[in-house]
Amino acid sequence: MPPQDDPPARYWRSNTRLVALLTLVWALLSFVVPLAGIESITLFGAPFSLWMTAQGAPIAYVLIIWWYDRRMDRLDRASGPGHDG
Amino acid sequence: MAEAGAAARPGAGAGSQRSLHRRYAVYVVTLVLLTLGLGALERVGVSRAWIAAIFLLAPVALYASIGLACRTTHSAEYFVAGRNVPAVYNGMAIAADWMSVASFMGLAGLLYTSGHAALAYVLGWTGGFCLVAFYLAPYLRRFGQYTIPDFLAERYASRGARLIGALVCVLCSFSYVVAQIYGVGLITSRLTGFSFEIGVFVGLGGVLVCSFLGGMRAVTWTQVAQYIILFAAYLVPVVWLAVKQTGVPVPQAIYGERLQKVGALERQLVADPKEREVIDALRAEADRYRARLADPEAALLRERSAAQERIDTMLAERAPVRELRHAERVLLALPKDAEAAREAWTRKRDALDERARPLGGLPPQSQAFAGDPDGGPAQRQAESDAKINFVALVFCLMAGTAGLPHLLGRFYTTPTVREARRSVTWALLFIVLVYLNAPVLAALLKVEVMQSVVGLRFDQLPRWLVEWSRVDSALLSFSDVNRDGILQFGELKINGDIFVLAAPEIGGLPFVISCMVAAGALAAALSTADGLLLTIANALSHDVYFKTLAPDAESSRQVAISKVVLMVVALGAAYVATLRAAEIMSLVTPAFSIAAATLFPALVLGIFWKRMTGWGAMAGMLAGLLVTLYYLASTHPGLRQLLGLTGEPALWWNVHPSSAGVFGVPAAFAVGIVVSLLTPASAAGTQFVEQIRRPSAG
Repeated sequence: MPPQDDPPARYWRSNTRLVALLTLVWALLSFVVPLAGIESITLFGAPFSLWMTAQGAPIAYVLIIWWYDRRMDRLDRASGPGHDG
Repeated sequence: MAEAGAAARPGAGAGSQRSLHRRYAVYVVTLVLLTLGLGALERVGVSRAWIAAIFLLAPVALYASIGLACRTTHSAEYFVAGRNVPAVYNGMAIAADWMSVASFMGLAGLLYTSGHAALAYVLGWTGGFCLVAFYLAPYLRRFGQYTIPDFLAERYASRGARLIGALVCVLCSFSYVVAQIYGVGLITSRLTGFSFEIGVFVGLGGVLVCSFLGGMRAVTWTQVAQYIILFAAYLVPVVWLAVKQTGVPVPQAIYGERLQKVGALERQLVADPKEREVIDALRAEADRYRARLADPEAALLRERSAAQERIDTMLAERAPVRELRHAERVLLALPKDAEAAREAWTRKRDALDERARPLGGLPPQSQAFAGDPDGGPAQRQAESDAKINFVALVFCLMAGTAGLPHLLGRFYTTPTVREARRSVTWALLFIVLVYLNAPVLAALLKVEVMQSVVGLRFDQLPRWLVEWSRVDSALLSFSDVNRDGILQFGELKINGDIFVLAAPEIGGLPFVISCMVAAGALAAALSTADGLLLTIANALSHDVYFKTLAPDAESSRQVAISKVVLMVVALGAAYVATLRAAEIMSLVTPAFSIAAATLFPALVLGIFWKRMTGWGAMAGMLAGLLVTLYYLASTHPGLRQLLGLTGEPALWWNVHPSSAGVFGVPAAFAVGIVVSLLTPASAAGTQFVEQIRRPSAG
């Protein structure tokens, strides 16, 4: 079997894809939204960017970490302890 | 509660998790009863000093008894809590470990005084956990040794990488731990009337009994207890103020509405002619200093003879002794020579210029960035500087979070990789539950001050205002600048650090809640100090002594050595804290920059890039460290003074000194990658990486 297709390599590729996607979300929340200064939309009575920086982003961080954990659990189970070496 | 740790013996299963839940439930009930009981005693008329002493000492006694119950000489117990801390509890321990006294006391105040700019701390201190979760925690647990330098040493098969890692651990943790102990001294002395030094040593006793006897295991179970108390202490005043102002008990629900209220009050104050009078008076005062600064030597002579003349006339007129004393003090307080005068007067002029602006120089609460993109060149520059510094600070705090060894070491303590991953989610959840309230608290306090305090007559000021100004005028001061007998917003100067401690008094809560908040701040300080002390002691004893100098030593001897080192480091930190160098607080953020520029790149590249070599890691860490330290030393005001540097500091792109990591991190990555490509790849390193990347069992 070519090395890039053995189960650990497949597992690792799925992991890096997931991490890359979530890192992108993280970067948007951390660096783009606070600087965008969007004030035309209001969220819960506050300007969008301000509310996102003070309340929304921290909540979103919890959610994306939770999501990562869930996906990795599923991936771990699918890859199975049989491949654990 | 003292037996909490006993539940966590090796082989603990679901049954013992239930008993852990039960123990902490008993603890919560005890805490509530203690608060209610002391509240009742306060009603009956027991003195405040007694209530404060009981509320501060009872938790410290509890922490110490957890330490006693968890005492151990076994190295897996001592260094990684036997690796059987369930994810939820590890999450709470991480949260307490993470929230330092600076963030507990300072964050809301910083949001009050700096507005939007301070949100960088909210983002940075929470978003960093994404990096920890995605890039580090699962792999560190899978590797499963004792310290962060252990990881570097194994991955890179390099003693040098271990030693550099240990050096960095000590460097970034020490200034941080001194700041915690400084905070302990401040809180204890303020609340009980002990002297600052005794306060430091009482707090130190609590830290030491815990970490000294039981190591990581005792520290973990204590930190869980500390999280619960600091969470309650933060939440109670916020909810109370929210109910008092709006009738809604959920602070998050009223955040936007309160911001609008602050905005309306701010507009009212800016337009108020009385506030304008204050600004004009302050500006006139600043101009007086400006005039003196034109020729400090002559001005000093003038001031001196004027003061002497006043004393002479008083003597001639047989003025009362009290007035005479005051006049003498004025004379003595004048600067010694022209150089000192120039320095003192420049400081005063700048402080007055700072205050002689609308809203006392505070930015409007909802203003995103200073300056104006459509304004003149100075305004545009101010806006871009504010944006650059916001991003730089967020980046340094996040990468630093993912590099601070006292946090990363915690992921060794869970039973499995999955639990390590899950504990990041729990940790961030527990942290966010506290931090989300900080911006709301800032808005609530601003409404309270602008609405209920400003406009009062000077003889009617609330008690908290008067009492805090007596404690230290640097913390809170007010004076009737425009002499109308009424307090204007511009006449009040409050140091952000007191807001959380003063919040219960500002909201009119009973004194026992003030004690609870102080106990929460103490818990925040002690829990962080515990984690940091263990990290420093382990880096020195485990990595430097046991792994490098004396690899044949037995494991029980290793624990003994670690305890001795811990004691020495703790006493050293306490000694530095008693020197009361106020600059120490300003060195906490640079610690994040140092961790970000050294451990973070070495760990992440080591896991995600097989080609990374030991030489690359060492060169990268050193490059990151040197760039960060160079920028810090050449720009940080405290360090410049220490090194005797004079003249204008040369800032790069106007980046604030604390965010030095924004240059250090790219340097570390670049040097690490280039040097790795120039040195031969190692087969052992590749094998190690493949090992830690495998899926986890079950």
